[in-house]
Amino acid sequence: MWLYRLSSPKLFYHISGRVIPWLFLASITILVIGLFWGLLIAPPDARQGDSFRIIYIHVPSSFLALAGYYFMAGAGAVGLVWRTKISFWFMKSAASIGASMTFIALFTGAIWGRPSWGTYWVWDARVTSMLILLFLYLGVMAMIRAFDNKELGQKNGAILALIGTVNVPIIYKSVDWWHTLHQPATLKLTSDSSIHIDMLQPLLVMIVGFYLFYALTICLFLRAEILQHEQATSWVKDLCVRRLRKSG
Amino acid sequence: MHSPKTRHDIGFYAHFRRELSLARCAFDATIAPLVFMFMGVAVIPLALSPDTVSYSSIAPGIVWIMVMLASLMSIERIFTFDYDDGSLEQLLISPQLLAQPIFGKLVAHWVLTGLPMALASPMMAFVLSLPAEGYLPMILSIVIGTAYLSLVGSVCASLTVSLGRGGFLLPITVIPLYMPIIIFGSATIDFAVSGMEWSFPLAIMGTLLCLAMAVCPIAVATIFRFTILF
Repeated sequence: MWLYRLSSPKLFYHISGRVIPWLFLASITILVIGLFWGLLIAPPDARQGDSFRIIYIHVPSSFLALAGYYFMAGAGAVGLVWRTKISFWFMKSAASIGASMTFIALFTGAIWGRPSWGTYWVWDARVTSMLILLFLYLGVMAMIRAFDNKELGQKNGAILALIGTVNVPIIYKSVDWWHTLHQPATLKLTSDSSIHIDMLQPLLVMIVGFYLFYALTICLFLRAEILQHEQATSWVKDLCVRRLRKSG
Repeated sequence: MHSPKTRHDIGFYAHFRRELSLARCAFDATIAPLVFMFMGVAVIPLALSPDTVSYSSIAPGIVWIMVMLASLMSIERIFTFDYDDGSLEQLLISPQLLAQPIFGKLVAHWVLTGLPMALASPMMAFVLSLPAEGYLPMILSIVIGTAYLSLVGSVCASLTVSLGRGGFLLPITVIPLYMPIIIFGSATIDFAVSGMEWSFPLAIMGTLLCLAMAVCPIAVATIFRFTILF
């Protein structure tokens, strides 16, 4: 039942206020350790030299881009079933953050592509799938914001996110098939070189760091959403009054 | 007296016939998407070059892009009139299963737009100098593919119906969902032109269509229950 109580915006606001400093500290520390380890200590790749090091941003962000879609759709489903307002706001925050993560993954992939494949962009199966994932995110974001009636927009956004989850495997499979059909002979992206343990360890650290950072940004976005939607309630007004008094 | 079972059937046929008779004289429903499709095809040589030889390789892709766009334009307003004049709400409060009349509407939409597109597509392929062995696969793939596009598009159209003219919202949300059909549709024609077994991508399109037929009418009905009756 504690989860149900946490869905009260007021309670979530207060608890997250206490958690955020710790989340902030933990994520920044782990990200700094991971970056330091990955960029400076880990050995350079035998074939790609130092250019492979962008993997420490690229892989964690693509992990979160994919996982974030399911977080978003899951929150939308919870909102539709139990009609908790906060899950829709979670969904809205997850949509923006997930879209940014997808963009980061695509962008770092393009930068990485230049030294390793000689071109910024290729229509590889995975690149194309990520691009379509970005489109799906943008569609959900546009849907949530398109309606004057905010509640209706959030509901529709949640339904669209759920439709997307049904379609994601179909889209991925078909893009995969399409790519193997049109495979360009000159280019080999999925080289099956298993990653060395010295390179893997900082990568795992970075993935943990990215997850913590994701939780942190979700909390921050969600708090902003709560304040915006609950601005008419007495506890938000009290909060503002106290804030104003503190700052004089 | 009708038993409850026959009432379901009436829901399907009644709405199927209603849509057909409403659109019988409407230029908008059938002719306009075809004109749009041909105009789009006519722009391509103007943008590229009048050299027809080079088109045969890109013709499958062009055909499918134009079919997708025409289908997209026509699906946007599929529920708008029913929403505006209140007959959608009447459907929602009626005792029959909502998915049945919606399925009837969708089949009518496909008969009015998808089927004419498939029948008119040889003209498009002709001006794009598609090799002759691609014609039959193209028609079959458009017959199956447009049905899928109508079904999946209707799900997103039901989400945007209360916006009236949704503008860019419908294309933005629906094009990612259309991508599998574009891939397999153009692959069907590609396979046929290059002499490969083209029934394979066509069979996958059929599978997707069966899936969509099972899911989409129910999804549309659920969405209406969620969003119109609060």
